[in-house]
Amino acid sequence: MLSDRELALKSVQLRRQTLLAISHAGAGHTGGGLSCLDILNVLYNRILNVSPATAQSPDRDRYVQSKGHAVEALYTVLADRGFFPAADLDTICHYQSHYVGHPTRHIPGIEMNTGALGHGLPICTGMAIAAKLDAKPYRVFTLLGDGELAEGSNWEAAMAAAHYHLDNLTAIIDHNTLQISGRTRDVCSNEPLDEKFRAFGWAVKVINGHDFAALTDALSHPAEPGKPTCVIANTVKGKGVSFMEDVAKWHHGVPSETELQQALAELAAAEAKLKEVA
Amino acid sequence: MSAPAPSMYTPAAKAMAEKLSLKMGRANLDEFAATLMELAKANPNIVAVTSDSRGSGKLGPFGQALPKQLVEVGIAEQNLVGITAGLAACGKKSFGVSPSCFLTARSLEQIKNDICYSDVPATLIGISSGVSYGALGTTHHSLHDLAVLRAIHNLIVIVPADNFETREAIRFAAQSPKPVFVRFGKAPMYDLHEPGTRFTPDQAIQIGNGNDFAFLATGETVVHAVLAAGQLESQGLKGRVLSVPTIKPLDTAAILKAGHECRALITVEEHSVHGGLGEACAAVLMQAGIRVPFRIIGMPDEDTITGAQADIFRHYGISMEGLSQSMATLLAAK
Repeated sequence: MLSDRELALKSVQLRRQTLLAISHAGAGHTGGGLSCLDILNVLYNRILNVSPATAQSPDRDRYVQSKGHAVEALYTVLADRGFFPAADLDTICHYQSHYVGHPTRHIPGIEMNTGALGHGLPICTGMAIAAKLDAKPYRVFTLLGDGELAEGSNWEAAMAAAHYHLDNLTAIIDHNTLQISGRTRDVCSNEPLDEKFRAFGWAVKVINGHDFAALTDALSHPAEPGKPTCVIANTVKGKGVSFMEDVAKWHHGVPSETELQQALAELAAAEAKLKEVA
Repeated sequence: MSAPAPSMYTPAAKAMAEKLSLKMGRANLDEFAATLMELAKANPNIVAVTSDSRGSGKLGPFGQALPKQLVEVGIAEQNLVGITAGLAACGKKSFGVSPSCFLTARSLEQIKNDICYSDVPATLIGISSGVSYGALGTTHHSLHDLAVLRAIHNLIVIVPADNFETREAIRFAAQSPKPVFVRFGKAPMYDLHEPGTRFTPDQAIQIGNGNDFAFLATGETVVHAVLAAGQLESQGLKGRVLSVPTIKPLDTAAILKAGHECRALITVEEHSVHGGLGEACAAVLMQAGIRVPFRIIGMPDEDTITGAQADIFRHYGISMEGLSQSMATLLAAK
């Protein structure tokens, strides 16, 4: 297993590739991709029992990215894990490319087509029920944005998941507190999230979503027998690039060439620092 | 004391049914529930998903006999479709069962994305469709479902006319690797087909073979077209009825054949005149350059009249008398 430091280095490299992919595509969701990247890194390198060789295994863990718009980060992580060649990242959103601007099952490693918000949790509830019905040991994970939680379908599924005692289900909230129009609490507040999920019958963990050890601890096992797990991962939108951090306009902002070079320089500096520490 | 439910058939229509040796079967809803139970007993992988709809779906006995094969999600149709999709994606043969009015409106985005776009082998069952809920009103009617679902890629849409078509549609859905939607009502239906009739999901079933006229009908309106054809025959006009259970994919060959061979065509459906079977047939005929007297009979674009299903059918001309009159008028206007 990769060490925390190796994961940190990988995150810097994945952030670089995500920005390059968005730049190549001329479109994409930069802020939310960077905010959830450490979560994806931990999921795919420490938690999920998935690999290109076992992509069709009925016993594999299932990951459905409900916040489908952060697709460039997901594609980048899947390419890094060998699901498809990294060169494919240059074709995202291009004419006739399989790499649509939201996840589709045409891409190896993607379980379900997402992009409209509020769909991942109901789907994963069905997947987790299927695992229980078949007495299978696999776990089911979904990643939601905090703004996405305004969709009522999430709460329908939250009730059902608790009713069916789906301790094989984990919902991760990428709690970067921003959505396209501004602060989630100003657009239409959904706080306090932890109390809401607890009231719906979930076991809740609140962690730093950029802390590899905390993520690993929270995602390695269900928080409580008989209850679905909600991991509220406090994150920073645009994480890793100073001028993108915690700024709503980078939700789907595409960096100019100058901005891209500045971002890449910052990431190179971060990488050098990490290597230096070693 | 509540008023007795109006009959769907006038004494003359009942007499015609007897003359045509039609036997009254059970509700397609009951046929569905019995068929699903039979299939699920043989295949433990089949799971029914209900949104507080197991009673309306006649799945009470299913839930008692096969409790592990029924997932109840409460009154939450979006979640019903998402869960049905998730179950199918993980290898279950899932049937999401809910009133068509809610299933195909509130959960339309889940149908489009989670089922059709993600391409999972799930089946959705729209119960009490069309105006089955009668006087409960527009909130409970599904006169839009065929129109919206026709416009969504990767969905087989089936509207069975009688118990045979219902049974075959459910059997087909249970082994289909592609998403399927089936909708039907809850009124008892006459058996329309000869023993030995074959059901193929993309083929219409022809009843009669005259060339004076053709009714192209779907679902629970087909019986009225059959009775009307019988009445017209007693007036010396010999035509045919095409029962079109599969709205998508459409049996274009059978529609074109009727367009080539018959003097006038009327489509009949328990659906808005917009976007359903009628407009689908019109598009097929027009693009093939076939000009034939043609009329679409369904629910007009207005607030639907209040009444039982039978009242609404009669009001909009979906009855033996109404359809034979419409056909006579169309033929006379030629």
